[in-house]
Amino acid sequence: MHISEGVLDPAVLSVGAVLAAAGTVLGLRRLDPERLIVVALLAAVFFVGSLVHVPVGAGASAHLVLNGLPGMLLGWAAFPCILTALFLQAVLFQFGGFAVLGINTFNMAFPAVLAGLAFRRLPQGSSGVRRAGAFCCGALSVAGAALLTALSLTFTHEGFALSARILFAAHLPIMLAEGLVTAAVFAFLIRVRPELAAGI
Amino acid sequence: MPADADIRRLPDAIPLLRRPDPRFRLVAAFVASITPALLTRPEAAAAACTAALAAAFAARLSLGQALRRLAVLNMFTAFLWLTVPLSLPGEPLWAWGPLSFSRTGAELALTVTLKCNAVLLLFLSLTAGMEPSVIAQALERLRCPVSLVFLLLFTSRYVHTVAEEYGRLAEAARLRGFAPGANLHTYRTVGCLLGMVLVRSYDRALRVHEAMRLRGFDGRFRSTVRFAASTGDVLFLAAMFAAATFLMLFDRFPELIRV
Repeated sequence: MHISEGVLDPAVLSVGAVLAAAGTVLGLRRLDPERLIVVALLAAVFFVGSLVHVPVGAGASAHLVLNGLPGMLLGWAAFPCILTALFLQAVLFQFGGFAVLGINTFNMAFPAVLAGLAFRRLPQGSSGVRRAGAFCCGALSVAGAALLTALSLTFTHEGFALSARILFAAHLPIMLAEGLVTAAVFAFLIRVRPELAAGI
Repeated sequence: MPADADIRRLPDAIPLLRRPDPRFRLVAAFVASITPALLTRPEAAAAACTAALAAAFAARLSLGQALRRLAVLNMFTAFLWLTVPLSLPGEPLWAWGPLSFSRTGAELALTVTLKCNAVLLLFLSLTAGMEPSVIAQALERLRCPVSLVFLLLFTSRYVHTVAEEYGRLAEAARLRGFAPGANLHTYRTVGCLLGMVLVRSYDRALRVHEAMRLRGFDGRFRSTVRFAASTGDVLFLAAMFAAATFLMLFDRFPELIRV
């Protein structure tokens, strides 16, 4: 999902960095400082979750992206959460590096925040609607992230247009799996810790 | 040998690139990430790659780890090789039926491959041996916002705990006959595993927060690590900047620098 260092154009990198910084500032401002440690633990869960392999059909399996979860539970604070997790991935696994951190954070966090905000608009009562909402939140976050990643590639060089399209298409089965997993996580949270499901 | 002699302190034992102060190494890593992104020609990218290999030796990177990281990275670059030359129009290097492998596409793919590998090796070399906690402390000294440093410290502290917990739950599931497949049952099970880890992490976060408050935590983060810069560190960073400038000049004005 996230792009390696050295592929993207400096202009795309700078725009991504600025947008990610703006999102992070907004996220931190809206966050109660008491809750920083919860965000840290969620970032750790997001980090571990992205290492989980799930079969997506036709013998292929993929890493889960799971950006829908921080969006759903944290809202704008998903930005610092995902930024931290991606930074750690860069340092521990060298997935990406410092230059590409901004654009990757924005690509993954922005759709998650939008989907999460939409999810929070859903009526509190009916659980079937909320479960469907959780599915959409998970699937659309991944769809948005894949779309932004494809756009980043296309804006870098028109030679990447085909690669971008293939990358996006390859994420379609993943979107379905992610939606189902996110809905399952939500259903679990509603039963076990309803106050967590309502958001941090 | 005195009791407190540490074999790692012997001058020859620490690889060259691991000696500078962490703050300087971080800034250098940042420069190393940005510079290749600015290069446009395959020759400049190849020069960056050579520098990266030299850095890898200077940092005495573990071969197994470096190869594993490179393998993962080059799965993506292989994908680019398969798509970019076939889609970018240009003078064909070779053609097979309707498929045409263009020269411009191949050049672009080559440049990107070299840039990606250069950045990976440089980044690995410059951050080799630095624990996330040290990186977080160095960032704080480099004026990074305290809340982000706090997040980094605590996330890195708990990543292993959370990973272990997930591993235990996953193993318990496997022992009860769970076999992952592309079906609803798998997604529901994975969702429950993640949900359980989430709930436990949330409870742990609340407990840790309370424990910290009871020990006088007031929200402000104070670092106890002492960083000390030396002339060698400044020279190291200056050399990094000089190398980066040279690479960019070589990229923009190849006629000026005839090898």
